[in-house]
Amino acid sequence: MFHIIRDLLRFNREFAIGVAFLGLIVVYSLLSFVSPIDPDIQFMEFPDLPPSGEYWFGTNSRGQDLFWQLTFAFRNTLGFGIMVAAFSRVISITVGLVSGYVGGAVDRVLMVINDVFVTLPLLPVLLVFFFVLGDSLNTINLALLMACLGWPFDARLIRSITLGLRHREFTRHAMFSGMSPLKIMFEEHLPYVMPVVFATAMANMLWAIGVEVTLAVLGFTNINLATVGTTIYWANNHSAMIVGVWWWIVIPVVLVVMLFIGLYLLAVSLNEYIDPRSRLRRMGG
Amino acid sequence: MRTYGFFVLKRFGQLLIVVFLGVSATFFITHLSPLDPVEQTMGRLTRQSGFSPEAQEAMRAALTELYGTDKPLLEQFYSFWSRLVRGDMGPSLLAFPTPALRLVKRALPWTVGLLTTTVLITWTVGNLLGGLAGYFQNSRLLKAFGVFAIGVQPIPYYIVAFIMLILFGFLWPVLPISGGAGMFVEPGWNIHYALSIVHHSILPASSIVVVGLGTWFLGMRALVSNVVTEDYVTYAEFGGVESRKIVGSYVIRNAMIPQLTALAMVLGGVFSGTIITEEVFSYPGVGTLLIDAVNAGDYTLVLAVTSISIATVATAIFVIDLLYPLLDPRVRVR
Amino acid sequence: MADVLTVAGLKAYYQTNYFGVQREVRAVDDISITVRADEVYGIAGESSSGKTTLIKTFAGAIHPPLRIVGGSMRYRFDGQEIDPYAVSAEELNRLRWRHVSYIMQGSMSVLNPVRRIHRSFADFAFSHMDLPKARFWQAVEEHLERLSLSPDVLRGYPHELSGGMRQRVTIALATVCRPGFIIADEPTTALDVVVQKDVLALLDDIRRTLKSSVVFVTHDMSVHANMADRIGIMYAGRIVEEGPTRALFTAPKHPYTAHLVASLPRIGDATRKPALGGRPPALSDPPGGCRFHPRCPLAIDKCRTEVPPLETVGADHRSACWRSAEVEPLTPPSGASGEEVA
Repeated sequence: MFHIIRDLLRFNREFAIGVAFLGLIVVYSLLSFVSPIDPDIQFMEFPDLPPSGEYWFGTNSRGQDLFWQLTFAFRNTLGFGIMVAAFSRVISITVGLVSGYVGGAVDRVLMVINDVFVTLPLLPVLLVFFFVLGDSLNTINLALLMACLGWPFDARLIRSITLGLRHREFTRHAMFSGMSPLKIMFEEHLPYVMPVVFATAMANMLWAIGVEVTLAVLGFTNINLATVGTTIYWANNHSAMIVGVWWWIVIPVVLVVMLFIGLYLLAVSLNEYIDPRSRLRRMGG
Repeated sequence: MRTYGFFVLKRFGQLLIVVFLGVSATFFITHLSPLDPVEQTMGRLTRQSGFSPEAQEAMRAALTELYGTDKPLLEQFYSFWSRLVRGDMGPSLLAFPTPALRLVKRALPWTVGLLTTTVLITWTVGNLLGGLAGYFQNSRLLKAFGVFAIGVQPIPYYIVAFIMLILFGFLWPVLPISGGAGMFVEPGWNIHYALSIVHHSILPASSIVVVGLGTWFLGMRALVSNVVTEDYVTYAEFGGVESRKIVGSYVIRNAMIPQLTALAMVLGGVFSGTIITEEVFSYPGVGTLLIDAVNAGDYTLVLAVTSISIATVATAIFVIDLLYPLLDPRVRVR
Repeated sequence: MADVLTVAGLKAYYQTNYFGVQREVRAVDDISITVRADEVYGIAGESSSGKTTLIKTFAGAIHPPLRIVGGSMRYRFDGQEIDPYAVSAEELNRLRWRHVSYIMQGSMSVLNPVRRIHRSFADFAFSHMDLPKARFWQAVEEHLERLSLSPDVLRGYPHELSGGMRQRVTIALATVCRPGFIIADEPTTALDVVVQKDVLALLDDIRRTLKSSVVFVTHDMSVHANMADRIGIMYAGRIVEEGPTRALFTAPKHPYTAHLVASLPRIGDATRKPALGGRPPALSDPPGGCRFHPRCPLAIDKCRTEVPPLETVGADHRSACWRSAEVEPLTPPSGASGEEVA
C-alpha cells in the first residue's frame, strides 16, 4: 500500500499534483479546529476589509474574517462529500456485488433500475425533493438522498468486475466448501473491487461537492451552515461583485476549483494505476 | 431492415418504461409533501387581493376539485396520468391561471435549443480534437489543450458559468449576461430576433461548451490510445493507408462508437448542467422556470417541469440509441 | 537465385519504463538470414520465441516500445536496394503493398469493422496500383475471381463473413498489388483444420502465380512441412537452426529442432512423443551461453557459458549448437513397436 503511493507520487505527475491540491485544502480545513472565531457569529470584525497582513483573505460584508470562516466552509463541504461518497459506496458495492454474483433475474431487475437512475436528470429530481422536504432537507438527509441518486455508475463498474470473478476458480472453491453467498461476496470478492471503490469514491466526492455548491448557491440547502456553496450564496446575496468585495467570491472559487482539480487528478491517476487501459470515467452533474 | 424495426420497438418500450417510472416517482414524491397545493394557491391568491370569505370557500372548493386532493392517492395518480396524457397538468400558481404545461411549452424550446447546440458542438469538436490528440501524441498544441481540459473538466457547470459571468459581466462586459433575446427586439421570424438570440446565447452556450469539450476530449484521447493498438489500425498503417484516412476512418470512426454510448449515459448530467447554467444567465428555459417554481412553492409547475424534463432527456437518449446501429454495423445483425 | 531480403545481426528490443521499472525484452537478438526470390521461408518456434516480432521488423511495422537496436536489413526489388529503416516515410509507403505485403495474425480483426470491404481495398491498394478507378475495380474483381471469391464480398462488412472467408479476403487484399514479397504471420492459426488446408492451398497457389517470396511464420511444424522450401528455427529471440525443409526434418542438427520435428504426429505412428521439459526462457532475462541449455538433453559445461555461433553443417544448412554433430533424430524408425499408446 505504502510503496504504491510512493511510486505514484514519484512517477505520476497527475497524482502528485492531485495530492498536493487536495492535501492543501484538507490541511486548510483542519485549521478550523484551532480557529479563534465562531463561524456563526457575525460582525465581529469590520466588514468589507480587503486582504491584508491582519486579515489574509479579508473580511466579508457580514463582518467575518474570511480566512477562518472559509476553514469551516471547507471542513463542512469536505465532510459532506465524504458522507455522500461513503453512503453511496455502500449502495453501489451492495448492488454491484449482488448483481454480478447472483445474476439472472435479480441482475436484470437491478440493471433496469440502474438504467432509470442513469437516465434521470438529477438536478430537477433534487429540486423536487427540496421542494417537498423544505427545511427538513438538512445536511445528513441531503447526503443520504444524493447517495441514493449517485450510485448507479459505480455499481455498474463493480458489477462488471464481479461478473469476471464469478467464473474464477476460487469462487467455485468457496461455493463447494459451503461458504454462504454473502460471505463469498463480502469476504472473497470485495477485496478485488476495493481499488475501484477508492478511485470512484474520489469522483463521487467531486460530484457531491459540485451539487452541494450548486444547491447552496441557489439557497436550497441550510444557508446558515458555513459551506463553500453558502459562502458564495451570501456573497451573491450581498452583491459582493457589484460592490467590489471581490475577494469574497474569488478566494472561495479559486480554492474550490483547486479542490475539484485535486480530486479529479486523484481519481484519474488511481484509475490509470488500477487499469492502464481504462477509460476515463466521466460524470455529469 | 426488419431487425432495425424490432430494435426501434424495443428501445421505444424502454423509453416508455423509463418515462413512466420517472414521472410516477416524481408524482409520489411531490404528493408526500406536507404542502397542500390548495392551501398554497389560496394563500398566494388571497394575499394578493381581497376576497370575501364566501368567495374564498367557493375558490377552495374549486381548487380541491381541480387538484383532486380529497381523493385517495391512487385515484389521484390515475387522474394525474389521464390528464397528463391529454396534455393538462392544471394551472400554475406562479402565473395563475395559466396552465403549467403552457409555461413549460414556452420554455422548452430555449432549453432544447441550447442543449442540442452545445451537445452537438462539444461532442463533435471534443471527439475530433481528442482523437487527434490521441493519435498525434507529440503535438504540443494538443498537449496544451489536454492540460486545459483536465483543469476545466472537473469544475461543475455552476462554477464555470459563474466565472464566465464574472469575466464577461463585470471585468470585460461585452456580451449580454441575461435573458434569451433583447428586450426590445420584436419576436418572430426575422433576422434581428435571430441574431439577438444567438448573441444572448453566446455566454450560456460557451460556458456549457467549455465544460463539455474537456469531457469528450479526455474521453476520446483515452479511447484512441486503445484503438490505435487494434489490429486493423496496425494493419492499415503497414498497408500504407493515408494517415489522414487512418485517423478519420479507422481510429476516430471506431472510437466514436463507445463515445455515443457515453453520450446517452451522461445526457442526464448535461441536462442538469444546462438547467443550472440557464439560472446563472437568467435564460428563459425550463431551468429558470423550475427554480422559480420551487421558490414560489408552485406545486403543479414543479411537477410539470420535472415530468417534461424526464421525458425530454429520455427521448433524447432514445434518439441517440436509434443512431447507434448507423454508427456500428455490427449491431444491425443482433 | 537472387536474395530479396538480407538481414544481418538484427536486434529489436522492447524497452519499457513503467512507474520507474525499466524492462528490456530482447525479442529479436542478433539474427542474420536471407530470403531468396520465389521461395517460401518458414520461421518456426514456440510462442514468445520472438518470431512475430521478427517479421514485424521485416514489415517495417515497428512502434515504441519496440525499437531496432542494431543490425541491418535490406530489400532488393527490380535491382534496387532499399533499407526500410533508412528511407523516408513516403518511400517506405511506396514499398508497402506494391513490393512488400503482410498477412497479419488474427484474420478476425485486421479489417476495419465499420468499413465495407471494398473501402478497405480502396484504402490499401488504390494508391499503390496507379490505375484509373474503373480499371482498378476491374483488377480487384479479377483478382478475387482468381482466388475463387465472389466480387459480392466487396459490398459486405467483415463481421458478415465466416472466419475462413475473412482470411481469404485478407489474402486477396494482401496480394492484389502482386507484391514480390509476402509476409504471413500465422495465417491459419485461428481457423479450423479443413479451412486451414484451403487457405494454405490458396496462398501457395497465388504465390506460384505471382512468383513472390513468402516469409511464413507458424508454430505448426506440419504446415511448415507442407509449405516451406527452407525453415529457420527460432528459440528465445535467436535462430538456432536453418536449412532446407527436407534436411531439417530428416537430419536435424540442433536438439531443439529434433524435438520440434519429433512432436509431429505421423500416420501409423503410435509412440508417445518425448515431451520437452521446462519452459522457454523469459526474454527479459535469458540464460547465458546457449539459451536452450537448461532444457537441452545434450548440454555440457561449454553450453552454459559460451554462445554457439550459427555454423554451416551441411548443404545450405546451418546450426547453432556445440554438439550439432551428435544430434540424432528423435523419431524412432517407422515400424517400431507401439507399446506405449499415447
